[in-house]
Amino acid sequence: MAVSKPMEGGTEDLPTLPNLETRSSASPEPKPNGREQTTLGLPPDVLLDIHRRMLLLRRMEERIGQLYAMGEIGGFCHLYIGQEAVAVGMERATRPDDPVITAYRCHAHMVVRGAAPEQVIGELLGKAQGVSQGKGGSMHMFDPARNFYGGHGIVGAQVPLGTGIAFALKYRKTDRVCVTYFGDGAISQGQVAEAFNMAALWNLPIVYVVENNQYGMGTAVDRASAISELHRRGESFGIPGREVDGMDPVAVEQAGQVALEHARSGQGPMLLEMKTYRYRGHSMSDPALYRSREEVQRVREERDPISRVADLLVQSGVVNAEGLKVVDREIRAQVMEAVTAAQAMPEADPTGLLSDIYADGS
Amino acid sequence: MREISVREAIRDAMAEEMRRDESVFLMGEEVAEYEGAYKVSQGLLKEFGPERVVDTPITEAGFAGVGVGAAMMGLRPIVEFMTWNFAMQAVDQIVNSAAKTRYMSGGLLGLPIVFRGPNGVASQVAAQHSQDYGAWYAHVPGLKVVAPFDAADAKGLLTAAIRDPDPVVFLEHELLYGESGQVPDGEHVAELGRARIVRPGRDVTLVGWSRGVSLALDAAAELAEQGIDAEVIDLRSLRPLDRATLLGSVQRTHRIVSVEEGWPSCGVGAEIMATIVAAAFDALDAPPQRVSGADVPMPYAAHLEALALPLSETVVRVAREVCYTDV
Ligand SMILES: Cc1ncc(C[n+]2csc(CCOP(=O)(O)OP(=O)(O)O)c2C)c(N)n1
Ligand SMILES: [Mg+2]
Repeated sequence: MAVSKPMEGGTEDLPTLPNLETRSSASPEPKPNGREQTTLGLPPDVLLDIHRRMLLLRRMEERIGQLYAMGEIGGFCHLYIGQEAVAVGMERATRPDDPVITAYRCHAHMVVRGAAPEQVIGELLGKAQGVSQGKGGSMHMFDPARNFYGGHGIVGAQVPLGTGIAFALKYRKTDRVCVTYFGDGAISQGQVAEAFNMAALWNLPIVYVVENNQYGMGTAVDRASAISELHRRGESFGIPGREVDGMDPVAVEQAGQVALEHARSGQGPMLLEMKTYRYRGHSMSDPALYRSREEVQRVREERDPISRVADLLVQSGVVNAEGLKVVDREIRAQVMEAVTAAQAMPEADPTGLLSDIYADGS
Repeated sequence: MREISVREAIRDAMAEEMRRDESVFLMGEEVAEYEGAYKVSQGLLKEFGPERVVDTPITEAGFAGVGVGAAMMGLRPIVEFMTWNFAMQAVDQIVNSAAKTRYMSGGLLGLPIVFRGPNGVASQVAAQHSQDYGAWYAHVPGLKVVAPFDAADAKGLLTAAIRDPDPVVFLEHELLYGESGQVPDGEHVAELGRARIVRPGRDVTLVGWSRGVSLALDAAAELAEQGIDAEVIDLRSLRPLDRATLLGSVQRTHRIVSVEEGWPSCGVGAEIMATIVAAAFDALDAPPQRVSGADVPMPYAAHLEALALPLSETVVRVAREVCYTDV
């Protein structure tokens, strides 16, 4: 498993992070306080929570993929399958009042922030109670009440937006931090560099998270970026970067905590590069001919974040295989319920076509 | 009432709103220490400090996006573009982020933001620095587009734009900054989306905005000497377009000429013509006509530039044509 390593020659001397490198390690050591621990040193309920949250995202996205194949969802639809450790790990590191913003691959980010899966699915189905009342669709979902600011379809555009959110947090003298996600493809957008510069110049409370899933559509990262270590792309602005095993929710959470603390304590932006992978095509229409089936299979077998946490839970005796099946059944039922609820919602109202263009309703 | 320049009126609107509402701030290139490339933000840094009058790097896409993000959090940014020519770098954030977010979020997320700066032709700066973007932004649902002509409107409309809950594109004009006019004392808020009849008349309607109003007024004065009584309408808002005022005027005059600096093709004049023809065809005594900039990139040489600009003489000629005075 990739070891998290600090940026070479960076401006900050950050502690190295522990990680999930524990699949084959020895049986749990009882802690002095007697509280049960897993191999990782994490309480079992924490690992169970991580596992559950990731599995919900996986099962929801799988179901969305099926609904798409059945023709119930239209347009572009980008699934998060494979990347669950990033959203879940970062969510565990952030405070609920820390704003989050991302691109179009946003269903999972909505749900980890607390949006109801049926509202997300309802939006995909074009329903009246979809989060955006059927006007946003897969790529444009917002939940400002839970500090989620979208859901943006223009590659890279959310990065200045997140930087502006951080500007507002500082302007208002809060101790909140904005988490801004983007892809390995997006990092080459000019406005990302523009945003990095302003964030560093003004010392804004922001954590940039590049979800390096190795591809921007069909372009492998080394065909798009002059350097493959994307965590170094902030160096020229003095933004410290860190490479993180983005298939390890614990490593993600710990890196997230370090970066959030860095930003929260007034030291400015940090850039986390999450080494992750998407199992499905870029969007539903992509047969993914630019990579081999073996490559995908290998990642699934060796690095899948959900299997890794599940194995750990079993190895450390927290649950057995049967227990995992029970959890999976519960989550599948939860997703089915959300789908049924979404399907039962009324179609988005045609009168909505002309509303919400301006604040006065027109 | 007191007499101030358009430049001062814009500054006063910003200063008064910043005093009134802490969430209002100004950002852009050279707005703070340099006090604006066109000296519009004089005194603001001194009064409000660098946290609220923010010099940005030369990074239009970036700082337009930062403004929109700040507006997502409920701040009320005034984003100054040194000129609108440079905002081409930021059109994505203005159109895709600012204009569409309220709609795409089903009304969950509104964006109270003003993008402002000088628009339109300037003197001999050639193609890349001399252009009217009115039609470009007026095309976009989700934006309001405002273009003041005189000092009172510069203040009243900008005040309204800053208080507005939606993104406003505020098009100023370099050649009008130095023009003075009477501005009401104290708070002065104009209504967005309303045209104004600047000069009532019976024979022909001349409609312009920003510097086009000054061309129309000059033309009207000349036409009066020739016995033609022109009505001049200052559109003030390109989106929404005050169709009612336009139609009402044409019902009285039966003739209309639009005046704009921009290119004719798909311009604001074209939208006005379509509106009139569709809704007041029977009221027309002559085909509606446009006076616009020439359909070329702006040339540099003074004599060539003069050929590319709309002139009040052209407005006079076209107005006489629609009045059939030369037949
Ligand atoms: C400005 C812009 N250019 C191109 C596109 C089309 N497009 C959508 S996603 C994408 C690839 C982005 O890849 P990456 O940033 O790695 O994100 P990922 O899809 O892997 O999550 C492209 C080229 C777009 N939406 N916006
Ligand atoms: Mg990618």
